[in-house]
Amino acid sequence: MLEVSGLTRRFGGLLAVDDVSLLVPRGRITALIGPNGAGKTTTFAMIAGFVRPDSGVVRLDGKDISGWPAERISQAGMVRTFQITQPFAGLTVAENIRVGAFLRLSHADEAMHRAREIGTHLGLGAFLDRPASSLTVSGRKRLELARALATEPKLLLLDEVMAGLNPTEVVAIIDLIKGLREGGLTILLIEHLMQAVAALADHVYVLAEGHMIAEGTARTIASDARVIEAYLGHGAAHRMTHG
Amino acid sequence: MNRLLLAAIVLVALLPFASGSSFLLNLATLTALSAVLGQAWNIAGGFGGLTSFGHAAFFGLGAYAAAILQTKLGWNPWIGLPAAALLGAAAGGVIGFCVFRAGLRGSYFALVTLAFAEGFRILATSLDFTGGGSGLFVKLQPGLAHFQFTDRRVSYAITLTLLAIATFAAWRLTKGRFGAQLMAVRENEDAARALGVRVVRTKALALALSGGLTALAGVLYVQTSLYLDPNIAFSPERSVEMLLVAMVGGAGTVAGPILGAIVLHLIADTTRTYIETPGFAPMLYGVVLLVIVAVLPGGLARIRRRARA
Repeated sequence: MLEVSGLTRRFGGLLAVDDVSLLVPRGRITALIGPNGAGKTTTFAMIAGFVRPDSGVVRLDGKDISGWPAERISQAGMVRTFQITQPFAGLTVAENIRVGAFLRLSHADEAMHRAREIGTHLGLGAFLDRPASSLTVSGRKRLELARALATEPKLLLLDEVMAGLNPTEVVAIIDLIKGLREGGLTILLIEHLMQAVAALADHVYVLAEGHMIAEGTARTIASDARVIEAYLGHGAAHRMTHG
Repeated sequence: MNRLLLAAIVLVALLPFASGSSFLLNLATLTALSAVLGQAWNIAGGFGGLTSFGHAAFFGLGAYAAAILQTKLGWNPWIGLPAAALLGAAAGGVIGFCVFRAGLRGSYFALVTLAFAEGFRILATSLDFTGGGSGLFVKLQPGLAHFQFTDRRVSYAITLTLLAIATFAAWRLTKGRFGAQLMAVRENEDAARALGVRVVRTKALALALSGGLTALAGVLYVQTSLYLDPNIAFSPERSVEMLLVAMVGGAGTVAGPILGAIVLHLIADTTRTYIETPGFAPMLYGVVLLVIVAVLPGGLARIRRRARA
């Protein structure tokens, strides 16, 4: 469904993302992992239209969307969330979600109804009429998700939705995301938390220092020497197997 | 509670009709015109967060359009009215599109709008067809046919009608899709883009709507005073008053500019009666703004909301 090939982005002298390619098949959950500074978020931003790639092609449903602005990409059905949550702080939770619903619905009452429905489904029912700025971290993560879902996306880009959550909340969000896949949604997620990746991802890509260094299922990735080295430092794989 | 407030405002607004006092009618008309201007500013500046320091540009464009069409081309002001509104809206849309396309926000946007107002003022001073620095006189032709009214009650009624239109536009923003997207853009542009909101278009449209309404107020001004010069049309004081009215009353609220206009005019006119020192009223404006920003950053209209929270 999503096809990324040869994506490259340079910031000054730094090659942040170098020739990255990946495939996100329909109805599956694909994960993009990697150590801090690997270029995951930049890759994401390029796919979603927030950062222009220097080169490379992004195809959604076979259509070349490289260089499209973010709002047009959302209209085409691929919607992202933000790692650092970006609520509309002055609006209520329901109003926040309604902005997403307005992408497909033009009638105000209908959009509000839909927004409250989605908010309730994501466990924000008690907070719908409170200002978004009053939400906790976990509430804000759910709000990010709710707003994105309200746009009725075909493909959801999730940027570290588990970061900052406690173990109970992580389990709840994992269940929620599983539910979304069962509902037919295609998902690409960036995640630090291996527990979440193992539980969710059908296929995993590993990015380190701007390069794609490995791909496979969560199980094969976890024992891949290059991946261990990237996370734990040079020689770590050797020490782990012989140490 | 909201209905009570609305009823009170309507009652106060109708009072000058009953009294027939020309002093009261004059004060009420000026206050209503301020409220129209504040509401027009509020649509872009309050709901959209587009803090303009140069809305006099739209006021002056509307006023000059009406004046020039009448004096130089002999057009009836009833045609001048929509023409001026269209010109104001087009100016807002074009300026907005270029400025937002270029990614200018916040204080940069404020400076650009200020520059436009000043630029228009200099143009109006130096061009021939605007009458230069000595300005333009509109011929006195009282009567409905020429949109001029000797009866102060009629000009007050027309100002109130325009206020109702501007307030209705602001109220619509709180109800519909466009307003929701506009406020989303004000709160967080990146998040709005991620949800498919066309940010540049939304902001430019808001500025067009605001510019059109401001231009209408400019026409009303010309038809009442029958005289216009570059300083009246494009002065920075006009721009500042517009944003002051909206911010004191409550930027981004429907009732805010009306409250702001009432409070500021009451202050200005009472002080003018008792204290004759020139420049005292503007100074007092400054003090009021400081107090509001420090104590009630959301403006007067948000007092109740704060009390509840």
